[in-house]
Amino acid sequence: MLGRRQTLTSITAGYAVLVGMAVVIGAAVLALLLAAAGFSSSEDPIFSAYMWKVTRFTLLQAFLSTFLSVIVAIPLARSLARRQTFFGRKWLLRLLAIPIGLPPIVAALGLIEIWGQKGIVNTTLVAMGMDSPISIYGLTGILIAHVFFNMPLATRLLLAQLDRVPSEHWRNASQLGLGQWTVFRLIEWPFMRSHLAAVSGLVFMLCVTSFTLVLLLGGGPAATTIEVAIYQALRFDFDPQRAVILALIQLLLTALLLALFVLIGGTPEEDATLGQPALRYPGRGMFARISDFGLIAASAAFLVAPLVSIVLSGLFSDLARLLGEAVVWQAITTSLVIAMIAAVLSVSMAMTLVRARYAAQPLAKQNRWAQLFRICASGASSLVLLVPPIVLGAGWFVLLRRQVDIFALAPVIVIVINAMMALPFVIRVLEPAHTTHMARTARLTASLGIVGLARLRLIDWPGMRRAFLLATAFAMALSLGDLGAIALFGSQDVVTLPYLLLQRMGSYRTNDAAGLAFMLGFVCLMLMVFADRGRRSGDAGAQL
Amino acid sequence: MIGKSILIDAVSLVRDSYAISFDAAIEAGTISAIIGPSGAGKSTLLNIVAGFEKPHSGRVLIGDADVTGADPSDRPVSMVFQENNLFSHLTVETNVALGIRPGLSTDPADHSKVADALSRVGLAGFEDRMPGTLSGGERQRVAIARALVRRKPVLLLDEPFAALGPRLRRDMLLLVKQLQAETGMTLLLVTHQPDDAVGIADNIVFLDRGRTVASGAAGGFFKRDDIPGLADYLGDEER
Repeated sequence: MLGRRQTLTSITAGYAVLVGMAVVIGAAVLALLLAAAGFSSSEDPIFSAYMWKVTRFTLLQAFLSTFLSVIVAIPLARSLARRQTFFGRKWLLRLLAIPIGLPPIVAALGLIEIWGQKGIVNTTLVAMGMDSPISIYGLTGILIAHVFFNMPLATRLLLAQLDRVPSEHWRNASQLGLGQWTVFRLIEWPFMRSHLAAVSGLVFMLCVTSFTLVLLLGGGPAATTIEVAIYQALRFDFDPQRAVILALIQLLLTALLLALFVLIGGTPEEDATLGQPALRYPGRGMFARISDFGLIAASAAFLVAPLVSIVLSGLFSDLARLLGEAVVWQAITTSLVIAMIAAVLSVSMAMTLVRARYAAQPLAKQNRWAQLFRICASGASSLVLLVPPIVLGAGWFVLLRRQVDIFALAPVIVIVINAMMALPFVIRVLEPAHTTHMARTARLTASLGIVGLARLRLIDWPGMRRAFLLATAFAMALSLGDLGAIALFGSQDVVTLPYLLLQRMGSYRTNDAAGLAFMLGFVCLMLMVFADRGRRSGDAGAQL
Repeated sequence: MIGKSILIDAVSLVRDSYAISFDAAIEAGTISAIIGPSGAGKSTLLNIVAGFEKPHSGRVLIGDADVTGADPSDRPVSMVFQENNLFSHLTVETNVALGIRPGLSTDPADHSKVADALSRVGLAGFEDRMPGTLSGGERQRVAIARALVRRKPVLLLDEPFAALGPRLRRDMLLLVKQLQAETGMTLLLVTHQPDDAVGIADNIVFLDRGRTVASGAAGGFFKRDDIPGLADYLGDEER
């Protein structure tokens, strides 16, 4: 429902964005491949024992993290669905959404405070007479952190499935007097099972490409994933050859996983559920009650404790002194500028792609090129997933290191990588909003002949404003909390908040780290709250 | 199987700022149609009898037993909804067998009970079909078959045939009436069609804005002019 000229410009702009992305990603991958081809085989064996070890550990930790997250999420989602009314349920559901917006480095700090050597868990265990408490560093720590991030995500996705069970099923079950176990087998499990593969696939993918948590909690070569190994090869050992090979292994791995992921049915959706709570008749028995609320309380404590700890130690750290430091202000400014530009870039790219896909829709029926274009445009998000930020950064690092001073170019590279990283999420916010908006206004606008700026000002901006702000807030939060790209390209001249936080943690200035984490976490959560409120009240139809 | 009487005695509950208050006495072994405008509380009335909603005050008696506080599974009641009566991943036979044994354990004796119930609703030989392969009317027949094997004295039908065409709906109503005559159970039916009510029911209960306004014999009920709100509900052409 666009005019001829509009269709043409929209599709041209879409092509431009696609080509731009292909160049950025393609150049990185090509640089890696060429570099790998140029290595003389006389040196160390290309696939050293170290690389196999790192690859194996990457898969092992991802597998265990996924398993633990899902195995907790299944009963937790079930308990939350069974108990439709209890004090604080709404807050708990919000709590489950927090890890998505919390910068991993902030969460890691909170988890260290709770699960570390002097944390509350270990102190309790020692007081109870155990002499070898839990170590937050190494595999255990990585698993705890991955469960902290992914168990809530899996729970939300599975809970959305349970909310979709027709209320007649619950009523039938209670009238027929089906026991808990039968209800699980007949209703809850089949409804969750249909999404379990997709949920597990998503969590596995996130754990394989997880960088920050492993960097902070992994301990030495025994607990290192491919992404962290790439970073170490480039920044510490200055061994580009190893970095290149590792990056290619990672690329191969994500490509395989992505293909598998598409095969098992793609990204799970979290639909808006009916406002009305399902009438449930959960077991009145004491055992059912204790097991449900015990699980809910334990999960809430697990999620809340690190957050509380971040807030408390943040408030008790010397915030005033921190804010007196010039470097802190520099980091705040750099972070905000980078995040804002990255967000605007990301939203512009996403909107251009969404618009182009829409414009090509009526042509796609008769024109194979238009059809191909639509497929390419929707594949753009997958392309971003295929090449994780660290791999993309490694490619550009290898490509540019001989030509220019890469650290001077750092802001540009970080902005581009952050913008691309946010793209899949931004598209998921904008596309449904755009579809609804166009369905509502396209015919009328065309028949009235409103075009150009007038159309933008009168029709499109008012209709899409909420979705735009929402997408921008989300992209900003992602960029603000990102440690991947900046870890590779950061230097004394370009310092963002997470980078500064990493430095202070590295030099054991715990107090500073706590203060910075508090600031960073607070800004990101505010942005997420803003985005979440827009989502709830708006008709954006967003699904994050 | 012999039906039991139902007494709804001064039942009240508050729902989203509008109050509901019901009074009704249903005789054992009869068919009562519940009619009234949308939002009048027809489904709520059935939910209260089935135990899916608990009244704030008043009593619900089935037979001589006070079931006001009883769980749905402890009441001598079966209910058929408008849709989603069947578990779509289980065969017709398993869906019906759940009415006999809610734990999915099978007993050879159940086999013939299920087959018998299915043939009584006109679905002989449908045991191994999946609900997805059945038509809307056939799925409701399976739900009724399950109600039959449960052998409960009271059957509640919440607009179970509203989504069916006129001919099919008439057939289903005849089937229900026939089964009721054979078993003698007490039957409560929510319907939007005054014709259905007159065609099948012995008594009619008229609800308006959360209240049981009137009840009485089905014959001539719609000609009565002492019932406030009835004329409005029926519209002019009925009069």
